[in-house]
Amino acid sequence: MSTPTTVRTEPSVHRPRDERRLPWYHLVFTGIAGLLVAIAVLAIVGALSVTSAILLGFVLHLLFGWGYSLLREGPRWATDRLMTLLVIGAFAISMFPLLSLLWSVISRGLTRVIAARPTTFAFWTEDMSGIIGGADAGGVFHAIVGTLLITLWASIISIPVGLFTAIFLVEYANVGWKRTLGRGVTFLVDVMTGIPSIVAGLFGLAVFIAFMPDQSVRMGIMGAVALSLLMIPTVVRNSEEMLRLVPMDLREAAYALGVPKWLTIVKVVLRTAIAGLTTGITLAIARVIGETAPLLLTVGMVTSVNWNMFDGRMATLPTFINQQYRNGNANCMSDTVTNPINQEVYACAVSTNIDRAWAAAFTLIVIVMVLNIIARMISHYFSPKLSR
Amino acid sequence: MAAPQPINVEDLNIYYGDFLAVEGVDVQIRPRSVTALIGPSGCGKSTFLRTLNRMHEVIPGAYAKGKVEINGEDIYDAKVDPVNVRRRVGMVFQKANPFPTMSIRDNVLAGVKLNNRRISKSAADELVERALKGANLWNEVKDRLDKPGMGLSGGQQQRLCIARTIAVKPEVVLMDEPCSALDPISTLAIEDLIHELKEEYTIVIVTHNMQQASRVSDRTGFFNIAGTGKPGHLIEIDDTDTIFTNPSNKQTEDYISGRFG
Amino acid sequence: MSTADIEPDAASAPPASMKSGGRRFGDALFNALSVGSGLLIFVTLAAVAIFLTLESLPAIIASREFSGSADFSLIEYSLPLVFGTVLASAIALVIAIPISLGIALFISHFAPRRLASALGYMIDLLAAVPSVVYGLWGGVWLVPKLEPLYVFLNTYFGWIPLFAGEPTAPMRNLASASVVLAVMVLPIITAVSREVFLQTPRLQEEAALALGATRWETIRTVVLPFGRGGVVAASMLGLGRALGETMAVLMILAPGATFSLHILEVGRHNSIAANIASKQAEASGVDMSLLIFTGLVLFVLTFVINAIARWIVARSGPKS
Repeated sequence: MSTPTTVRTEPSVHRPRDERRLPWYHLVFTGIAGLLVAIAVLAIVGALSVTSAILLGFVLHLLFGWGYSLLREGPRWATDRLMTLLVIGAFAISMFPLLSLLWSVISRGLTRVIAARPTTFAFWTEDMSGIIGGADAGGVFHAIVGTLLITLWASIISIPVGLFTAIFLVEYANVGWKRTLGRGVTFLVDVMTGIPSIVAGLFGLAVFIAFMPDQSVRMGIMGAVALSLLMIPTVVRNSEEMLRLVPMDLREAAYALGVPKWLTIVKVVLRTAIAGLTTGITLAIARVIGETAPLLLTVGMVTSVNWNMFDGRMATLPTFINQQYRNGNANCMSDTVTNPINQEVYACAVSTNIDRAWAAAFTLIVIVMVLNIIARMISHYFSPKLSR
Repeated sequence: MAAPQPINVEDLNIYYGDFLAVEGVDVQIRPRSVTALIGPSGCGKSTFLRTLNRMHEVIPGAYAKGKVEINGEDIYDAKVDPVNVRRRVGMVFQKANPFPTMSIRDNVLAGVKLNNRRISKSAADELVERALKGANLWNEVKDRLDKPGMGLSGGQQQRLCIARTIAVKPEVVLMDEPCSALDPISTLAIEDLIHELKEEYTIVIVTHNMQQASRVSDRTGFFNIAGTGKPGHLIEIDDTDTIFTNPSNKQTEDYISGRFG
Repeated sequence: MSTADIEPDAASAPPASMKSGGRRFGDALFNALSVGSGLLIFVTLAAVAIFLTLESLPAIIASREFSGSADFSLIEYSLPLVFGTVLASAIALVIAIPISLGIALFISHFAPRRLASALGYMIDLLAAVPSVVYGLWGGVWLVPKLEPLYVFLNTYFGWIPLFAGEPTAPMRNLASASVVLAVMVLPIITAVSREVFLQTPRLQEEAALALGATRWETIRTVVLPFGRGGVVAASMLGLGRALGETMAVLMILAPGATFSLHILEVGRHNSIAANIASKQAEASGVDMSLLIFTGLVLFVLTFVINAIARWIVARSGPKS
């Protein structure tokens, strides 16, 4: 989510006089023709569906458009048209998973979130204690608490380390042995960026079980340590990029006023780059908040709220999604299920686990998107205008 | 304050890493006067200027060897803190560089605020007014002190930087081509200001513009370089009138008369 | 304009002497914190290597390769997992690379410039979706949708080894996992390729157009040759990501441990990461140690792939 899109102007196309091109709307005709033939063929074969009609229609469109252009304009322009269609097709294909995923998450997740079981939005305020079988109840309050706590602790570890590493690389690693160290650090940060998340989880696990008598120990702080391993390189990279954008002029202006280096860094460099730094750090948080694999290994799963990072397992949204998905369809022997803890009676629904997974996914995506939007807003509204 | 003493530079060699950029400078800079440094590009005049407040060593790998005495204290003494040197020897840069995150008022107070010193509201008001008046900028900005410093014109920004520099009450003000990015009217305003400032400060100014050197300075030093990769030298320094009418060195004469450079 | 008569402020008066007793505390602290953080990066990565090695030692020592007597073999255990991991990632790349290049070209050279940045943002959104949500989407929504395609491929192209075998519903096979992996690496490959394509020298492009080349001819003769190194590097980065991805495989693939090439068959393959995630809850002692050993293998594998990618970037990346 970090590279801004650069746009270039369209170069004007000069073409020889003798190669007349067809008007753009011939593509509409070949497109409609392709679609109609596709529908006809699929209807005869008996495999007609919206997806198959669009896919086959597109392939036929490529064929018809290319063939027609070949007849009228010659092979060079025909190839050009074919490639243009393919490139547009590639983009359309990539939108397909994004839209269908968002649609699934919103239609199935939001429905469950606002469903009145027992009250609207109870999904966000209740936990899973006593929810068994196909009980159409329960929520993710415990998982939201877990996700926020673990991410908070991961941030507490990663932001100072990442920020000071970036300061080291930009402000200190200029000469002598520090320069050599800086090169090493840059390399290692690259290596860290590539660490698979499951390996980060194994690290969090391995560190703690090496020192703990109980090999089955799982707790929030282990997850936070594992996530830090993934978060630190992102924080370093984003911060380093922002600090390098601060003009040397400003540092010199401060030095010339007799300001010590550390105060120059705090009050001029960090102050000038604060919007970019906040954006970068928010994006780093958004990245780790959805991590699942490290948390599967380090924090386990529980059914009720655990506020203590240093004792006992914790639920988080990503691992909750995974668990509910793996539970699969519930087995409804009767129409109702009774909560063994408080004796409440719920309806039984076969799809309850999957519904909760979607609703938790919706919750997680909302959190991630809010973080992304906050990051964009900070960088848009709070950047100082550096006239260069 | 005791009678101001000259700046004594003795056998100063300036390096960028292994590269000797300026060699063997011996010069005495008179207090409460304007000294201009002229010479062709790359001759080391700006480099020399930056050694007078130890800004040179901010560049990675750069250092200087020799003696620079200000008020009888060698600023290259091992015990001297460069931060303290810069509080006494201010600097104005080629490009105006007000702090983009600060208002006009805060820019003037930057030397105080960035150093975490406490200052009362009334003392701060007085300091801002005095420094802005000292930089001939007060009348233009007194109604918008809380507006960003980046909103000013180029010439105003440069005078804001001068105000910021004199607000920390230095003894010496170094100026590195302060007018090279300005239009003629702003340049004139800065030159007038330099005339006023020399009543109180020792001023050393680097300039590309020989007319400017002859207009603003009392003494002029000429730097030259034998060729690319060779170190720069201070060829001669004398009263400005002498340098421009009757230089003792042939190189200076060639440069002044436009035969090269 | 004289200020000599005004009392100098204590706050802004310069110090009497320029000498200082010692180093400034703030500077010393900042220096220590910065250098310390840099060193901490070294320590952390060393710790990762040390702890993974340390914790996998019990399995290494107890293995047949080392002791000659145990009932399990490191190689026999790890190799099918490595095979599954590499196969799934390779297929994901085969699907993702052409589509990514298409998207990158569309954004850099075909789309109207007003739309281009918005379209780029849409692709970036794909990267922001957590992997567990991809797993859920893939497992619940996508797998049933792919079934007719698999039946078709198996029926008519079954003579190709990849599509051979007997696919059975639900299609929790390697192909489905690869499709989801492809969606996940798509934004990475697209982002890097797009940047490289935009770096193509304008003059060369305009020269080609001025000679009467069509847009595609310009891309083929100027843009693609220029961006080749960047595209290879982008693909390697995508490969690194695909190799290490856990959830998409864990939530979609019905695991197995064979060297089968039949990607449509269910229960034939597994990846290192998914295997660790599914077995860790019950594992302890030597079993856990064995999982950590496979994690070490994965770490080395992705390290090598990423190192090659960065080496290519450094060697042939766009010079700005």
